[in-house]
Amino acid sequence: MDALVAQLQRQFRDYTVSLYQLGFLDDQFTELKKLQDDDSPEFVAEVLSLFFEDCVKLIGNMARALDQTGGSTVDFSLVGSSVHQLKGSSSSVGAKRVKGLCVTFKEYCEAQNYEGCVRCLQQVDIEYKTLKTKLQDMFNLEKQIIQAGGKVPQVSIN
Amino acid sequence: MARDGGVSCLLRSSEMMNVGIESPPLDLDEVHVLAVDDSLVDRIVIERLLRVTSCKVTAVDSGWRALEFLGLDNEKASAEFDRLKVDLIITDYCMPGMTGYELLKKIKESSNFREVPVVIMSSENVLTRIDRCLEEGAEDFLLKPVKLADVKRIRSHLSKDVKLSNGNKRKLPEDSDSVQTPLLPPPPPLTISTESSLDSSPPLSPVEMFSSPSPIDDEDDDVLLTSSPEEESPVRRQKMRSPGLD
Repeated sequence: MDALVAQLQRQFRDYTVSLYQLGFLDDQFTELKKLQDDDSPEFVAEVLSLFFEDCVKLIGNMARALDQTGGSTVDFSLVGSSVHQLKGSSSSVGAKRVKGLCVTFKEYCEAQNYEGCVRCLQQVDIEYKTLKTKLQDMFNLEKQIIQAGGKVPQVSIN
Repeated sequence: MARDGGVSCLLRSSEMMNVGIESPPLDLDEVHVLAVDDSLVDRIVIERLLRVTSCKVTAVDSGWRALEFLGLDNEKASAEFDRLKVDLIITDYCMPGMTGYELLKKIKESSNFREVPVVIMSSENVLTRIDRCLEEGAEDFLLKPVKLADVKRIRSHLSKDVKLSNGNKRKLPEDSDSVQTPLLPPPPPLTISTESSLDSSPPLSPVEMFSSPSPIDDEDDDVLLTSSPEEESPVRRQKMRSPGLD
């Protein structure tokens, strides 16, 4: 049992570290972990879940705003406002890559660069989904550790 | 007089969970913060940051809601609302409709709440914006994403002059034995009369007041966030406060 716990903990540690090293997460995610305790053991998962819902909503808004079918012109400020919101929430949860994409996306909006915007939209869509999968794997590892009777280790990121 | 026999330790919410405290009576030692942010994610985060630093939190999604909560949204001065205990207002700058700056101005213009410190949060580090807010009377300016250290810093400033409760024209409530009543019924409306002995009635949990839709509300349902029923709103005492207060 201990060997299993130790192995899972190792896996968890390595996986978490890799998420930071690969730029998926930044230290704001670490800040969120600080806010999690025995009273709110699911806090990080809950916030991230809300964030992903936000992604769906905002990306939907952006897609609609960028829709040129029927000859409608693109309202770049509308796109930009959704990008701004996504940038904000990704920043608040430590979703580093998503946030980075939003920065670029915002610039394209300001430049009224349609192709750039469409590209960013596609990328941000892929990016949040990728992060979602990765975090799901991470949360699953946590669950497995706990189920095996162990504690989820604190992972310090250097 | 001390409500709990003078126990002045700073109880963590984990400890309070065992005691089963749902909605504590009005506690002068407890810092009540009004948080304003149009982003749901940010509201959740700031609410947690504040609760972890021993604050009671009411979170609203717009400047209008904030004014509504404070009773500043109509012309007539509401006598009831000057009893509202708000020790800090923390607001996002960039919000649709009313910006944090505009909210700040309205608060500083009000007689009941101008003494309440207002902290502005913004994702953009724009010096002119920061200056403008500080000139208008903002207590502090936090750059998003907000971290625990930021909130702790704000919190520590607050406890030094927590006697700003006087700015809210509040009198000391009568002593009460019914401190640790678990699972109190939903609290009464915002009004807290200081004439009656108040401690037995639950404190501000004004979320119930705002459950009806409002014309301004074009957001989703999660308009308000306050200490949710599943999470205890513990009675907290600040280490810094002198037990002799009560």
